[in-house]
Amino acid sequence: MTEAQARKLKVSVYRYNPDKDNKPYMQSYDVDTQLVNGQMLLDVLHVIRVDDPTLGFRQSCREGVCGSDGMNINGKNGLACVTKIVDLPNKITIRPLPGLPVVRDLIVDMSQFYRQYEKAEPYLQNDQPAPAKERLQSPEERAKLDGLYECILCACCSTSCPSFWWNPDKFLGPAALLQAERFLIDSRDNATEERLTALDDAYKVFRCRSIMNCVDVCPKGLNPTKAIAAIREKLIQEGT
Amino acid sequence: MSIPEIAFDAVIIGGGGAGLRASLQLAGAGRKVAVLSKVFPTRSHTVAAQGGINAALGNMEDDDWRWHMYDTFMGSDSMADQDAIEYMCKNAPQTVYELEHMGLPFSRLENGRIYQRAFGGQTRDFGKGGIAHRTCAAADRTGHAMLHTLYQQNIKAKANIFSEWYAVDLVKSRNGGIAGVIAINMETGETVYLNAKATILATGGAGRIYESTTNAFTNTGDGPGMAMRAGLPLQDMEMWQFHPTGIAGVGVLITEGVRGEGGYLLNKDGERYMERYSPQLKDLDCRDFVSRSSMMEMREGRGLGPKSDHVLLKLDHLGEEIINTRLPGIRELAKTFAGVDPLRDPIPVVPTCHYMMGGIPTNYHGQAITVDNDGKDKIVDGLYAIGECACVSVHGANRLGANSLLDIVVFGRASGIHVGERLVEGLDMPVASRDDIDAAQVRLNRWNTTTDGESVEVIRAEMRKVMQEDFGVFRDGESMAPGLKKLEALQERLQHAALKDKSEVFNFARFEALELDNLMEIALSTARQANHRTESRGAHSRFDCPDRDDSKWLKHIAIFADGRMADRAVNMKPNEVEPLQVKEREH
Ligand SMILES: Cc1cc2nc3c(=O)[nH]c(=O)nc-3n(C[C@H](O)[C@H](O)[C@H](O)COP(=O)(O)OP(=O)(O)OC[C@H]3O[C@@H](n4cnc5c(N)ncnc54)[C@H](O)[C@@H]3O)c2cc1C
Ligand code: SF4
Ligand code: SF4
Ligand code: FES
Repeated sequence: MTEAQARKLKVSVYRYNPDKDNKPYMQSYDVDTQLVNGQMLLDVLHVIRVDDPTLGFRQSCREGVCGSDGMNINGKNGLACVTKIVDLPNKITIRPLPGLPVVRDLIVDMSQFYRQYEKAEPYLQNDQPAPAKERLQSPEERAKLDGLYECILCACCSTSCPSFWWNPDKFLGPAALLQAERFLIDSRDNATEERLTALDDAYKVFRCRSIMNCVDVCPKGLNPTKAIAAIREKLIQEGT
Repeated sequence: MSIPEIAFDAVIIGGGGAGLRASLQLAGAGRKVAVLSKVFPTRSHTVAAQGGINAALGNMEDDDWRWHMYDTFMGSDSMADQDAIEYMCKNAPQTVYELEHMGLPFSRLENGRIYQRAFGGQTRDFGKGGIAHRTCAAADRTGHAMLHTLYQQNIKAKANIFSEWYAVDLVKSRNGGIAGVIAINMETGETVYLNAKATILATGGAGRIYESTTNAFTNTGDGPGMAMRAGLPLQDMEMWQFHPTGIAGVGVLITEGVRGEGGYLLNKDGERYMERYSPQLKDLDCRDFVSRSSMMEMREGRGLGPKSDHVLLKLDHLGEEIINTRLPGIRELAKTFAGVDPLRDPIPVVPTCHYMMGGIPTNYHGQAITVDNDGKDKIVDGLYAIGECACVSVHGANRLGANSLLDIVVFGRASGIHVGERLVEGLDMPVASRDDIDAAQVRLNRWNTTTDGESVEVIRAEMRKVMQEDFGVFRDGESMAPGLKKLEALQERLQHAALKDKSEVFNFARFEALELDNLMEIALSTARQANHRTESRGAHSRFDCPDRDDSKWLKHIAIFADGRMADRAVNMKPNEVEPLQVKEREH
């Protein structure tokens, strides 16, 4: 970062360590961007950690593909590793992803999110014997998976969804439903009917109120609302 | 102090492509398996792999696994084991079809078959038939597609996944083999001893020993570090692959698939310099060679920027259609990290540390091997290693692009099959003494009790700087000798470093301290072996010894924690084809 762009950031971070804190609090750090080695918010967190190694957050790939570092940044969910410092104001508030239990600092308990994902049966089902080579799929059939399979399970969407906050155990949430659609629409999967039957209750799909928060925050530019609408369509057709 | 114990048929340490493929083999067969991963499995670094996976499917033109085997051997600069590459290349098509059947969303051809692209060093007809299209791809997100597919299959198989568990050290058995591992539940801080009939290390790479790398924060060589501390050797640690196209100043990878689709490198004069260095394969020559060519351009002032410190990767001529369908992830990364849209502008790139060819020596069943006092190979009872942490060796002195995703699934599968067969034959549960279990906790206890000392951060930064400066693309005896001394001094300082935060719940500072011990073992082994090998071969390129010297150095070299080394012959005996002849590479 060049000096011309040097900025003084005030970063306020949600802190909670169950080993010693009775309740969570916000801690404020001053960060001079000249000391930041990189252009992303994750690089800012690294500077903070040099002075305060107790700050806990998940990270791995640092390039927006592993889905580890979803957090709530100035009120909006996103990945710290692809959130550019230049796009943020000098005052930055970071909280854990909302709606899931906080384990420590920015680390949330993701089990509920993963459970919903598993409920979508996110694996190919085909009871026909597999051919000696690949199952054939046309480029057009394959293109239908685009916009669905790329999900990195960061949970930014589901944890910004009011319907998921209220019914985290019954409503599958946008991320899981995106994967439900990914397998419903895969020409190689032949469990469509069973899948639709399993999804057909008042909550799993139908709690979506098309509020679109999910689309707004997805760091991969995916569109769960569209996938949910497609599933609804199929359910309604099936019902008739 | 006594800690809880749990027993399994197999414990797999690593939930990346290698570990999840092994687990599927065993969980599918109803075995009691545990997969440990320090990150939720889909966050393992396999997820970042872009370009694809090699298999001679012949979907684009005639192909033959023997040609693939030939290319792999030539790419390795004659240092890959022929029995292992034979096994890998021959099993490649079957392994890829299995992945397809599991649901991996490969890109497709008009006829419905899997799309295959060109990649570096892949030829037809034993080098005589021009460039081969052998790399099966799911756009430029093949690793993501593979890892998620494997994880999904593990859900289906109801595999036992210990997500966010950190493996600390191996526990030795009474008979001198391995009895299991000490691991920490990262969420609670609880320490547990996992006892297993087979312990499989699948911990991935260690690129974090360098300042600039395409590797994730979690690629810290934990498996190899654990093996060394258990008295076992690593092998060929001087062999590090530098990928020609990491984004300059950031390290994030731009896949070789860009050049496979027709992109190419330019110097500051706008010259496509690879035509000069490699008239035949040009930009699709092997990675070691392309990286050295780029470094020469920059050294001779033909790089870009005031310091001539990067070159350009041009792909706009591929057109919007190809870029958006075959390379969408690359476009996203270039925009985010380099601030350029490759539809219009070239991407600034530089050779960047990418892949560890060395690792824990194994046979092609994945069984770990040590060298006994008479210099003979000896199988380590109860221990396997697969994936990037292992050295089978299918990559020798230089890996071909798209051969690692293949390596991890082929040998993940192979180790699962082998352990499965041995379990059927009836394997006894290895027994460890109280002392052995305690011994595996000494290091953890040391970090937990030391209160005053230097910070992990400072030592880690210095280590990475030494590696970057003295053990990069080009090496020289004159700087490597002092480089090794500096690392030895850092290793000594590390023994007295301290951890300030001793809390239990998700204490990442503790895990980073444990990781630095592993990184340091890897860095030291690399430095020792790089000093030792006084020739240039594959990725190991020395100014002071510029030639390959088969009479002295055509061999693997194993290294122990104390620096002791032992030679191991390169396997030249494939099981069913004629042995490949050792010869010089052509460009
Ligand atoms: C950016 C990038 C792109 C690449 N593209 C390609 C490509 O296109 N084609 C190709 O063939 N190769 C490619 N490679 C190489 C290839 O992706 C890797 O070599 C391969 O994925 C490694 O797989 P793995 O299963 O061995 O390790 P990883 O996927 O890294 O998994 C390691 C696992 O071990 C676990 N682990 C590690 N230490 C511990 C511990 N102490 N306790 C518990 N768990 C632990 C981790 O949690 C993780 O689950 C690429 C590499 C990079 C970096
Ligand atoms: S559109 Fe539906 S799934 Fe998305 S945030 Fe709104 S309610 Fe949730
Ligand atoms: S849909 Fe987008 S926001 Fe939701 S989990 Fe997947 S990648 Fe994250
Ligand atoms: S660290 Fe992997 S997505 Fe941010």
